[in-house]
Amino acid sequence: MKERLVELKTEALEKVAQAEDAKALQDVKVQYLGKKGPITEVLRGMGKLPKEERPVIGQMANDVREEISTAIDEKQTKMEEAALEKQLQEETIDVTLPGRPAQTGGPHLLTSLIEEIEDLFIGMGFEIAEGPEVEADYYNFEALNLPKGHPARDMQDSFYITEEILMRTHTSPVQARTMEQHKGKGPVKVICPGKVYRRDTDDATHSHQFTQIEGLLVDKHVRMSDLKGVLNAFAKQMFGEEREIRLRPSFFPFTEPSVEMDISCKMCGGEGCSVCKGTGWIEILGAGMVHPNVLEMAGYDPNEYTGFAFGMGPERIAMLKYGIDDIRHFYTNDVRFLNQFHKA
Amino acid sequence: MFVSLNWLKQYVDLQGLTPEDLAEKITKTGIEVEGVEPFGEPIENLVVGYVKECNQHPNADKLNVCQVDVGDEVLQIVCGAPNVAQGQKVAVAKPGAVLPGNFQIKKAKLRGEESSGMICSLQELGIDEKYVPAEFAEGIFVFDGDPEVGANASSLLNLDDIIIELGLTPNRSDALSMLGVAYEVAAILDTPIHFPNEDVQITEEKAEDVVSVTVKDGNLNPYYGAMVVKNIEVGPAPLWMRNRLISAGIRPINNVVDITNYVLLEYGQPLHAFDYDRFGSNEVVVRRATEGETIKTLDGEERTLSSNHLVITNGQEPVAIAGVMGGADSEVHEGTTTVLLEAAYFDPQAVRSAAKEHGLRSEASVRFEKGVDPDRVQRAGLRAAQLLSDYAGGEVLDGVVAYDELSYEEKTVTFTTSRMNHVLGTDMDDAHIQDILRKLQFSYEQEGETFTVSIPTRRGDISLVEDMVEEIGRMYGYDNIPFTMPQGAGNAGGLTAYQALRRKVRRYLEGAGLSETLTYSLTTEERANLLVSPDVQGENVRPVHLAMPMSEEHSHLRLSALPEMLASASYNVARKQKDVAFYEVGSIYVTKEAVLTKQPDEKERLAGVLTGSWLTHPWQQEKKNVDFYVVKGILDGLFDYLDIEEQISYQQGQVDGMHPGRTALVKLNGETIGHVGQLHPKLQKGYDLKEAYAFDVDLEKVFKAISSEETYTPIPRYPSISRDIALVVDENVAAGDLRKTILETGAPLVKNCLVFDVYQGEHLEAGKKSLAFSLLYLDPTRTLKDEEVEETHHAILDKVKEQYSAELRA
Repeated sequence: MKERLVELKTEALEKVAQAEDAKALQDVKVQYLGKKGPITEVLRGMGKLPKEERPVIGQMANDVREEISTAIDEKQTKMEEAALEKQLQEETIDVTLPGRPAQTGGPHLLTSLIEEIEDLFIGMGFEIAEGPEVEADYYNFEALNLPKGHPARDMQDSFYITEEILMRTHTSPVQARTMEQHKGKGPVKVICPGKVYRRDTDDATHSHQFTQIEGLLVDKHVRMSDLKGVLNAFAKQMFGEEREIRLRPSFFPFTEPSVEMDISCKMCGGEGCSVCKGTGWIEILGAGMVHPNVLEMAGYDPNEYTGFAFGMGPERIAMLKYGIDDIRHFYTNDVRFLNQFHKA
Repeated sequence: MFVSLNWLKQYVDLQGLTPEDLAEKITKTGIEVEGVEPFGEPIENLVVGYVKECNQHPNADKLNVCQVDVGDEVLQIVCGAPNVAQGQKVAVAKPGAVLPGNFQIKKAKLRGEESSGMICSLQELGIDEKYVPAEFAEGIFVFDGDPEVGANASSLLNLDDIIIELGLTPNRSDALSMLGVAYEVAAILDTPIHFPNEDVQITEEKAEDVVSVTVKDGNLNPYYGAMVVKNIEVGPAPLWMRNRLISAGIRPINNVVDITNYVLLEYGQPLHAFDYDRFGSNEVVVRRATEGETIKTLDGEERTLSSNHLVITNGQEPVAIAGVMGGADSEVHEGTTTVLLEAAYFDPQAVRSAAKEHGLRSEASVRFEKGVDPDRVQRAGLRAAQLLSDYAGGEVLDGVVAYDELSYEEKTVTFTTSRMNHVLGTDMDDAHIQDILRKLQFSYEQEGETFTVSIPTRRGDISLVEDMVEEIGRMYGYDNIPFTMPQGAGNAGGLTAYQALRRKVRRYLEGAGLSETLTYSLTTEERANLLVSPDVQGENVRPVHLAMPMSEEHSHLRLSALPEMLASASYNVARKQKDVAFYEVGSIYVTKEAVLTKQPDEKERLAGVLTGSWLTHPWQQEKKNVDFYVVKGILDGLFDYLDIEEQISYQQGQVDGMHPGRTALVKLNGETIGHVGQLHPKLQKGYDLKEAYAFDVDLEKVFKAISSEETYTPIPRYPSISRDIALVVDENVAAGDLRKTILETGAPLVKNCLVFDVYQGEHLEAGKKSLAFSLLYLDPTRTLKDEEVEETHHAILDKVKEQYSAELRA
């Protein structure tokens, strides 16, 4: 019987090797390992063997069966892999063809910039305050130390609707409103972004509508050095660590002292070039210590409270940052302009 | 303000300082320098020449051959100017000189005669024609006085001057004068000031004997001083004075007028010179004009006055509008011999309104408007009298006839060193402050650390402690203030819930493929009334209009962003950018008042405009144009994102300017909050657009609907069952209504109901359509039994049959 098993094994392995497809392999499996197969037959015939030979032959029969079975499995795996290989070959596509476009939109450049600036100041503990664009003369001017007939009102010719109501000329009235809401108590720490309007004819550098961001901090111990510190932190985050700032005296009716902040020119690093008109500095924003009259009108005791305020124009910052040459681009909404600023 | 450095050097020592350094110091300390420009081009080999001989050119009628002494030699120069004559002192460009425009002077022969140089006109030296005196306009320039032959003509003509342009903020009107600038520069450089000469030689005759002054309105004219100068010879002012006027941008006229202008620039005090003999009387009466009174001003205009104008009169009629312009009749002219010199303080407001109403803003009115320095009013008069005596041959009568109710009192400001340091964030000591006050030439008293500073009248801008904080701070140097971060209770900072939601809405729409626009709030009247959403529209609702718009284009406030957004879409389509998907978040301004008594209601809206193709992917044959359902889908997605989709419904609606069959009202819990749809074809055409779609919804109402409670819904552990039905209904039955009925009837088991097919056509009876829905049955607590689903399903079928005569499609 041993010879028979060896013979069966050789025969079966040969057939496995010859099998060309899954069906042939299955046939081999059924033929040799099936219930009616020759190995089963050998095992059945074991009753006739002497008792001591039975385990030996049984073991041998099982080994042969095992060997054939493994061979079949291996062959099967091989065939499946080959089939898969073939399928994958057939499924190959031209990966260089264009993909189906995903819809992409994006924020307006000014919105991106305003949100970026908001976030910088939120990081320094500021909140965002908003107010009406159609404003009462009182909040736009009077509460900001610009009484009727004040010569500085000339600086910002306005769109009046009635004698008492106008399109706000700056976002400063939001500061006056916010302080009033706090009823003489500090701290007030807000950033006020929004649209503003001036009586200007639209051209490359003027727009009758533009945006502004103002900041205000009123508390019991606010110093001008704090203004410098906050603006410096802002400038470095917004324009780069290597930028320096300087404050120059200026004039705004609602702050005293008033300053303008310049940053060192990025183009020339302060050496002087055409961008900074040879000065090495670029004017970025106006600021100052809140005028005592403004504090008083909003219900704060100027002996107890001090504060600083600053205001900047996102259009100007965007124009500097990206070298945009015409302010009207911001409001024309040419998609070739808008899309350029949708990149991450 | 243009500041000639050559002039400034008369008052302050600028040795060893480049113009750029000076400009930088001025800018950093207080006044922005807007420009540092050379006044002219200094020219080498340009000298004063004396015309010894001047003879007709033998071969040319219009040329002269001149022998010109230039100091070290005598040059023969051929000159074509009509006014050249023997005995003149002229500007000679010697061979080797290069005139503006790279015009090189060389020896030459002109019609056979040697010419070694050129006798120059002012224009040839680069001086603007408008500053060239009339007598030299058509010829060469002739020096007056007696300049040394051979002297550097370039510097005599001030061509080597540098002009610093100061950008003065409204508070720094003290620097609207050379003396004011001198104070500023002297403080910065810590140097003394050399003041001009105000000593006048006077005659025995007294001014009060020949003129009287009466002021009827002391509030508007607290000081009026009159001086009289006799025996004047009107002629050109000296060259140096003319140069200084030109450097400041003022055209020289004659010595009398130039002297008043010169003092205006020097002291910041406008003066006026009347021809005494043509004044009309010997009494000066200052009063308000009477309504309708007229005056013919220097410029020849007849002007009608009103009672808020202050006038100088001769007791009968106006001879000048105070501080603004003199009258033509009493103007100084060539034959004037006696001058009545006015030095006055006029109320800033009165001058401003008169200057504005007559469109006569001048160097004088600007200074009065800002308020002149009381201390300099009379001194300026004396200075002018001194100059008239020196340069116009005048004899100054004794005394100033004056009305004087002006306050010369110096204000005081008291502060402590610690307050100064507290506000600036510095640690200055008393000595530092003393030093700054000394440089500013402010006198003060000190008691401990308390300073009481007397503010000179020239600095009308300083009256509060904070003003002194600025003075001390800027002189201390803002660069020297340290960088600190605010102390005190820190807020958390952050966005409000509303602001955070607004940002989420923006990001959603951008992710959905829309680009944000920013359009103008001010638009035309027509556009302001266009495409107003039904929830905004109402009785008497109208756009707010500006009182005085600059143009019709921007005259009315919008009631919807759509009209301007459509204009932007149209702009792009016209430029071959045919696919547009825009959104904008912004305010509209709603009022029912024809004349505003209060601010309009500002509502924040979300608007969108889409046109062109939505998806283009040609090689896989995918192309989808924007249609109603694309746009509605964007809104659906938004409402789903904000988790308010169950509160939203759409209803066929009519909106002016929108397609009557393709527009839906957007409803929030039954209330209209906006609309979405296709633009009316007529409007599309008006905007030059093909199919265009738009939406406009009230963002504030949307945000209010959002529940702040966020809870977790467990993921169902039991399987759901899906059932499809196709219903045949009349074609005018709205799918939304049908769906709503299915969901309501199927509750609580039916969790969702999705339209998956709409059919209308040959396989159905005319006027009918088939709507196929896929229903999702689920009980999150257990496995559903078939019978239960069946029961609900039948209930639904019965209900839709009853309500819509819906039949199951065979």
